[in-house]
Amino acid sequence: MPITQTHDLHKRRMGRNIGVALSLVGFAAIVFGLTIAKIREGASMEAYDHTPRVSITPPVETGQ
Amino acid sequence: MSDLTTNTTIQTAEGEARFGDYVALLKPRVMSLVVFTALVGLLVAPGSVDPMIGFTAILFIALGGGASGALNMWYDADIDAVMRRTAKRPVPAGKVTAGEALSLGLWLSVISVAMLGLATNWLAAGILAFTIFFYAVIYTMWLKRATPQNIVIGGAAGAFPPMIGWAAATGSVSLEAVLMFALIFMWTPPHFWALALFMKSDYHEAKVPMLTVTHGRSETRRQIWIYTVLLVPVALGLGLTSVAGPVYLAAALVLNAIFLKGAWDIWRRAEEAAQADGYVVEKRFFRFSLYYLFLHFGALLADAGLRAWGIS
Repeated sequence: MPITQTHDLHKRRMGRNIGVALSLVGFAAIVFGLTIAKIREGASMEAYDHTPRVSITPPVETGQ
Repeated sequence: MSDLTTNTTIQTAEGEARFGDYVALLKPRVMSLVVFTALVGLLVAPGSVDPMIGFTAILFIALGGGASGALNMWYDADIDAVMRRTAKRPVPAGKVTAGEALSLGLWLSVISVAMLGLATNWLAAGILAFTIFFYAVIYTMWLKRATPQNIVIGGAAGAFPPMIGWAAATGSVSLEAVLMFALIFMWTPPHFWALALFMKSDYHEAKVPMLTVTHGRSETRRQIWIYTVLLVPVALGLGLTSVAGPVYLAAALVLNAIFLKGAWDIWRRAEEAAQADGYVVEKRFFRFSLYYLFLHFGALLADAGLRAWGIS
């Protein structure tokens, strides 16, 4: 049987859920914005999966 | 049986926390001071900070401060329940359990320190971690219940934010950052002891060894005067460093003169006279102490603005 009556309890829970959802969306937006800012500042960019990693590739010896 | 069930349901509904109750655990009013002083520390520091990185740094410094507030509310729920000023906080009011406050405090501590480190540098993150530890463990768990010097030493926790802001911007700590720290550190005792003078029964009933309880009220008045005298050279000394300018120096001269006068009035005042007029001088001094700190840091910001515009 569906719950048809809305109690104050449900409002509080709804408010809490919306608060948590907004916090999580805000956190994701901050991490995204921070990433963009770091890249714009020239932080090193390197993929990790199935790609050569510049930082661990031994230097190529030239000459002799 | 049905009565019991009904009662339980009603109690749960009344005790069910709103989102705002969790926000209240973070002590938003204290957070506003943290945000402001950390922002000033970040903005007056030499060099420039990307706005997004600066915003992130301030946000997580504030959340770190909030985390220590939640840990404080978890541990101090017994004291908070006794004191009139704090009885309506979420834990003593029964809206949030002590365990939830602990959990929120610990998780926010980890997240804020990690995010500040990733956004800026690990020196700033390290100072933030130490600040949370200092407030939650050294002050809340130990000093607050053990010594009348609780406010003096514990005040360090509230003094770190401008230093963290500075470290976030520069990656180092310099004399200017230390003096901004010292300004808040020395300001804290007169600020809180003035509050303790007119909230007298609260600390006494909660058995918190506030100076007013352990050493008496006239000694507290004398200590307010002593710490205010010690505060003045710190405030003026900051005016001689690279972060200050004419606005700060002028503001510091006026504000410290008024603060000294207020502390002198409190010291020379008899307890009977204070009781008779409802602690009007102490309340005025406490209110002014809030403006005192805000205006010092505001003046630093104004001078930084003048420098940026090439006016001074």
